Amino acid sequence: MAGHTTELDAKALWGGKESPFQTSYGKLMMWFFLVSDALTFGGLLIAYGFTRHDAQDAWPIGEETFNSLPFLGHGYPLIYVALMTFILIVSSVTMVLAVEAGHRMDRKGVTKWMIATIIGGFFFLGSQAWEWSHFIHGSEFGKIELADGSQAIVKGHFGEIKSFTVVQAGKHHKKGDVVKEELMHTFQHAAEKGHLFAQKDKLDDAVILLEDGSVAKINKEKDHEMKLIIKKDGSKNKIGDAPIEGDKAAKLYYESLYSGEADRVIYGANLKQNEYGPQQYGQFFFFITGFHGFHVFSGVMINILICIGVLAGTYHKRGHYEMVEKTGLYWHFVDLVWVFVFTFFYLV
Amino acid sequence: MERDDLIEYSLHTHHSEEQGVAIRKKIWFVTALLTALTAVEVFLGSYIHQSDAAWPYVKWAFIIMTLFKAGYIVMVFMHLGDEKKTLRYVVLVPYILFLLYLIFIALWEALAVGEAWSTYGV
Repeated sequence: MAGHTTELDAKALWGGKESPFQTSYGKLMMWFFLVSDALTFGGLLIAYGFTRHDAQDAWPIGEETFNSLPFLGHGYPLIYVALMTFILIVSSVTMVLAVEAGHRMDRKGVTKWMIATIIGGFFFLGSQAWEWSHFIHGSEFGKIELADGSQAIVKGHFGEIKSFTVVQAGKHHKKGDVVKEELMHTFQHAAEKGHLFAQKDKLDDAVILLEDGSVAKINKEKDHEMKLIIKKDGSKNKIGDAPIEGDKAAKLYYESLYSGEADRVIYGANLKQNEYGPQQYGQFFFFITGFHGFHVFSGVMINILICIGVLAGTYHKRGHYEMVEKTGLYWHFVDLVWVFVFTFFYLV
Repeated sequence: MERDDLIEYSLHTHHSEEQGVAIRKKIWFVTALLTALTAVEVFLGSYIHQSDAAWPYVKWAFIIMTLFKAGYIVMVFMHLGDEKKTLRYVVLVPYILFLLYLIFIALWEALAVGEAWSTYGV
């Protein structure tokens, strides 16, 4: 087996009878790689801590920012990320079981657990895609700048928009037309541009300026359990005040939203701004979870390659399954990083 | 020609069926532990808010639980606990020392920068 890295020529390589670490070259190098990769992630998380410590505005709180589940809506703080964490832990377990089977030269066992690990990896990647999509699109309320200059995030159930009834004709729509498509998208787009209007004492009779220049009445159901949480000081409202609730919350929110002024509301997140907190928060979210997600993706790819090797019998012929063990080290490392990301991004 | 100076370290990790049963038992134990710790974290995270008086303790509890989880992953799942002591220390000691230093310097500096900003304006 010429060129096989796990066989060491003791005299030539170490000048002694055996390796001081009593481990193969490949495994040792994997450990050194992981240490350097861990330094990268450590540096990123510490940079996040630095930014958070010197931030002047309120930093987002995990259980307020991440409280949604697919199909079920809002009101489930942290459950989704906990699920993601659990998926990754389980796939780490299946990986260690594959390694254990390898140590017994149980080829069937290795195959079974490797495939389970790959499936777990895909599940995690899918969850992260949903998480990103949700983070980017944001909540239905967004973050609002109130009349006194303070900024607030909004919790509660957004009343459904039923339709727009055109009251003044534009290029495409005639008076009396009823628009029923893409309502939420059109509404949020108009809100950002300041194209929603209402008189202060008649907030239920709001109108929207549509793209074609027509004006339409907004037919919207009432919101429920609305709550404004102040995130930036204004002249009246301060960070740390008790949340503003009920009719007062609705009045303040819609006064701003229907003021006809642009940039009073932010929906979701991009690299310039986000509804959750300071600009850097969004940037760190995209970079750290993105970099970790990229590691998971490469991990899944490597797992697939090694799984093909297992199926082809390459490692069985070699007499040991150390390749599975080395890939396993990388895969566990990905899990390890997530444990820290979970704590410092979502919990603390 | 048969060589007798080759050491096949990769074969050192082989074990028997009986040993496998014990190892798998340990793996499932660690799985249960990691899951339980995560569940406790989520429970605390959803019910204790940052404005509560207990928050500082909860925050430190999170960090300690995270270190516990990390320790179990590295020592059991990554088998570092089964490696030679020298390897264990070569991997862990420089890393931990450097990161402790970096955490200290970064957070300390961040407080100073934050103070300067709030004093003189951003």
